[in-house]
Amino acid sequence: MIYDLAQHLINAIAAGTIYALVALGYTMVYGVLKLINFAHGDVMMVGVYVGYAVAFLLGKEASTSLLGFLAVFLVAMLVCALIGFLIERFAYRPLREKPRLTSLITAIGISFALSYGFQLDATVSKVRDEVTGTESWKLTSTPCAANSECVTLLPGAAARRFPTIIESVEWLKFSSDDEVSEVRLLNWQVMSFLIAVGLMVALQVLVYRTKFGKAMRAVSHDHRTAALLGIPVDTVIAGTFMLGSALAAGAGILYAIKDKQVQPLMGMYVGLKAFVAAVIGGIGNLKGAVTGALLLGLCEEGVVWFGSSSWRDAVAFGFLIIVLLFRPEGLFGRAVAEKV
Amino acid sequence: MRLSLLLACAAVLTIGCEKKTSTDPKPAEVKQPVADTKPAEPAKPPEAKPAEDVLLLGEVGSLTGSEAAFGISTRDGIAMAIDEANEAGGVKGKKLAVRVYDDQSKPEEAASAVTRLITQDKVLVILGEVASSNSLAMAPKAQEAKTPMISPSSTNPKVTEIGDYIFRVCFIDPFQGFVMAKYSREELKFNNVAILTDKRSAYSEGLTEVFQKKFAELGGKIVGVESYSKGDTDFRAQLTNIKKLKAQGLYVPGYYQDVAVIAEQAKELGLKVTMMGGDGWDSAKLFELGGTSVVGSYVSNHYSADDPSPRVQEFIKKYQARYKTTPDSLAALGYDAARVAIEAMKRAPELTGPAIRDQIAITKDFPGVAGTITLDEKRNPVKPAVVLKVEEGKFKYVSTVAP
Repeated sequence: MIYDLAQHLINAIAAGTIYALVALGYTMVYGVLKLINFAHGDVMMVGVYVGYAVAFLLGKEASTSLLGFLAVFLVAMLVCALIGFLIERFAYRPLREKPRLTSLITAIGISFALSYGFQLDATVSKVRDEVTGTESWKLTSTPCAANSECVTLLPGAAARRFPTIIESVEWLKFSSDDEVSEVRLLNWQVMSFLIAVGLMVALQVLVYRTKFGKAMRAVSHDHRTAALLGIPVDTVIAGTFMLGSALAAGAGILYAIKDKQVQPLMGMYVGLKAFVAAVIGGIGNLKGAVTGALLLGLCEEGVVWFGSSSWRDAVAFGFLIIVLLFRPEGLFGRAVAEKV
Repeated sequence: MRLSLLLACAAVLTIGCEKKTSTDPKPAEVKQPVADTKPAEPAKPPEAKPAEDVLLLGEVGSLTGSEAAFGISTRDGIAMAIDEANEAGGVKGKKLAVRVYDDQSKPEEAASAVTRLITQDKVLVILGEVASSNSLAMAPKAQEAKTPMISPSSTNPKVTEIGDYIFRVCFIDPFQGFVMAKYSREELKFNNVAILTDKRSAYSEGLTEVFQKKFAELGGKIVGVESYSKGDTDFRAQLTNIKKLKAQGLYVPGYYQDVAVIAEQAKELGLKVTMMGGDGWDSAKLFELGGTSVVGSYVSNHYSADDPSPRVQEFIKKYQARYKTTPDSLAALGYDAARVAIEAMKRAPELTGPAIRDQIAITKDFPGVAGTITLDEKRNPVKPAVVLKVEEGKFKYVSTVAP
């Protein structure tokens, strides 16, 4: 029993910390912009593909080394920060003073554009012209055949196995006397947890201990007044997007290490759950996002353990409704009276 | 919206690539390249009726989305059958062409694609879909329009029950569940088996139901049934539960993408159990995604590339020459479905829905590469299944189980 509990807890925390990192992005953007950035999960997906490309280019040797491991994380986070910046600059900023629904629909549009755009096949392959005998590179929309001179530009719809960037090692294993129940703790589970906590702590410091964080909180409170007081609102909002997107990329890589798969629709599934977590915690609140995510992870795991796996999502999301019935503003959210 | 599209391109550019913006305004439409036909014909837009001298077939497939690998194999198999028929002179002196629509692995898209094929393109026969859920969404529309539809590989029994215009060239779920239950009980001598099923898939539920019944009938015990939903990638909670059941076998009648992850996580949790599955496992992707964790499992399937019969080997040779890869059973069934349709069109006195339907219905002893096809009165073929063992990087033929 105790072993089962421990194993289920390990599973739940592993899932929960990843939801938490993604949920932080939702909550931060909502905090400063009152916008639900539905493309957030898909930015995460792009991050995983960037990590995939880096690990692939480095090769197996290099990507399992510490430097390679860091490179996968950092490049993915930087690229996603850039994507976050571009999305904010070109899709949300022009609409900022327009009705909020407009931005929301734009966000959904970007989400679909990314998740379905990534399902297209685009490859450059070497084509030989039989008449002139010259070889040239040509853009095609078919997947690369094995052993052909061909470079994949867009990944295509099929799921891919994420390259191993941490060799799995069992750090701890306990089993009950009859060997029916076991607890296994693997190295990457511990490392993922530490990385996730590290990123969350770094974010906390950034938001509450730096000038930028202060500006962020000011913009979140009231962006017009903040602008009047000389805070560069555009820069702060862009920075928030970049930060959220980088966190999403980090979460995405951890997710890919855990479940070893990358596919263009992954952002939608994880994004939805993280969004739910952010709402449970009280959207706009950082602590709330983390708590909500861990709670959702525990809840999902608990339903499967005690009840039936068919009920997992129904019960987990039912729980959300109950929380919201009692605390419509979420666990940590503050009820705000609507100004009339 | 224009901006967001630009952004999508920009985002895509960042992984070091150059994306050609699609010139086709309808992203869901994929034009099928048909080799060696007169160039102008298949390129025509789908306005009104197709050119007089081309007989148009329609195909709905999952070219993107979670079952894309299936859809693409099927499309390739169909394209090969069409080209071969054209090389052999076509049907009634006319060339054949196939219009393919992508349904993104979604039933609602499949339903709208089939409507487009019927009303806009006025196709003679519809080929598709692979996933039973999608075929079920398509079949009522085909039935209503009296356009014959042949599903290459939807194994759920309900598909052909929709009406007398709906056919298939693969066996049905009860049979796959039956085969695996029988094989695991009689050959592998399992007493206790647990099941992990995809509750959002009609296919998975269908196999589970029959397996459960048959395995119990043969004196075995189902010790537990856990489930997941398509799209999940974390199965640790269910597997932690299953581990305690001390089952000898674990029946996972899901699709390759989920199965690979399940196998990987089962290994990680130290689950020592022989996994078993159905034709949903059949994809080269299974090995890429699941690595060595799927080795040692057993699956039921439509055909095996190891099958020494000349009919199968000749098909494999032609397919490899064309696509540089070994055909999976989806490709074989796509090829069979197209050929059954073409044969019926050749025999039909006139090229109308009802006339072609009548000819498909009397298909008898048709030499398909995935088994000889004779359609019964329920429009399902009677044919045996093979049991394959998963080895490193390939499926190995172990047995044939007859109905």
